[in-house]
Amino acid sequence: MTENIAVHHHDPDQEAYTKNVFGFWVYLMTDCVLFGVLFATYAVLHNNTFGGPSGKDIFDPLFVLKETLILLTSSFTCGLAMIAAYRSEKKKVIGWFCVTFLLGLSFVVLEVTEFAGLVREGNGPQRSAFLSSYFTLVATHGMHISMGLLWMAVFMAQVFRKGITLVTARRLTCLSMFWHFLDVVWIFIFTLVYLMGVY
Amino acid sequence: MDLPKDALHGTFTDYLVGFILSLLLTLAAYFTTTEHLFSKKMVFLTIIGLALAQAIVQFICFFHLSKESKPRWNLLIFLSMIFVIAIIIGGSLWIMYNLDDRTM
Repeated sequence: MTENIAVHHHDPDQEAYTKNVFGFWVYLMTDCVLFGVLFATYAVLHNNTFGGPSGKDIFDPLFVLKETLILLTSSFTCGLAMIAAYRSEKKKVIGWFCVTFLLGLSFVVLEVTEFAGLVREGNGPQRSAFLSSYFTLVATHGMHISMGLLWMAVFMAQVFRKGITLVTARRLTCLSMFWHFLDVVWIFIFTLVYLMGVY
Repeated sequence: MDLPKDALHGTFTDYLVGFILSLLLTLAAYFTTTEHLFSKKMVFLTIIGLALAQAIVQFICFFHLSKESKPRWNLLIFLSMIFVIAIIIGGSLWIMYNLDDRTM
């Protein structure tokens, strides 16, 4: 990186691109630590059901598999949107991000449905230490996804108005990293919480 | 629009390979669990292995970590994150299980 700066003339937008994307990566890694702490809490408390239901009683693996496949597909379509972005194909970018948005939205709807069902049956976060740590971990992920959806909607309006420039491409890059990152976190929620919970 | 030379970005093949591998690993983990393929301990070890494999696939195919040129700052920060998480999760489990044993 240092060599490039010395040899080539650097455009300030290009420099901002490199710095911003790197800074965003550092943020994502600290966010990983946040999820790490919630996973550790869940791992410690998951057997403390206080006479309430355990994971086996309340998790439906097929339902969660659907959520997982939806989120994975949205991560893929987000990648396709980025390929279009780097080729400055505005319509394709908006199209693929719309698909990603709808998939993300259906994921959130499914998750809210699952939570509402649990709360209706009296198995809300206050029921046991297991459920408190479960709701905290999974809802933190769900909140991230919801924020990502809001963010996506704002950027689509921006791309629609300003087109693909180095600045909008930089923002889309950060958004796509955020989205891929949330899918990686979900792999572990799917495996450690749901699959190990139903066994 | 010109991206900076050192910007990490993927090709269609990267994303397609990442997507298909992730799909296969997810389904493998799912059926290993629902079909009760092995003993409980083996199932747990297998699906944790599959999850780690899928995370590595996604960090390579979706984050293009392997394409980074030296100095690999992204990779370095990634590895320090893994280190911190290993201490947090490993340490919590170690301490709490010991405590469980001693207070039972």
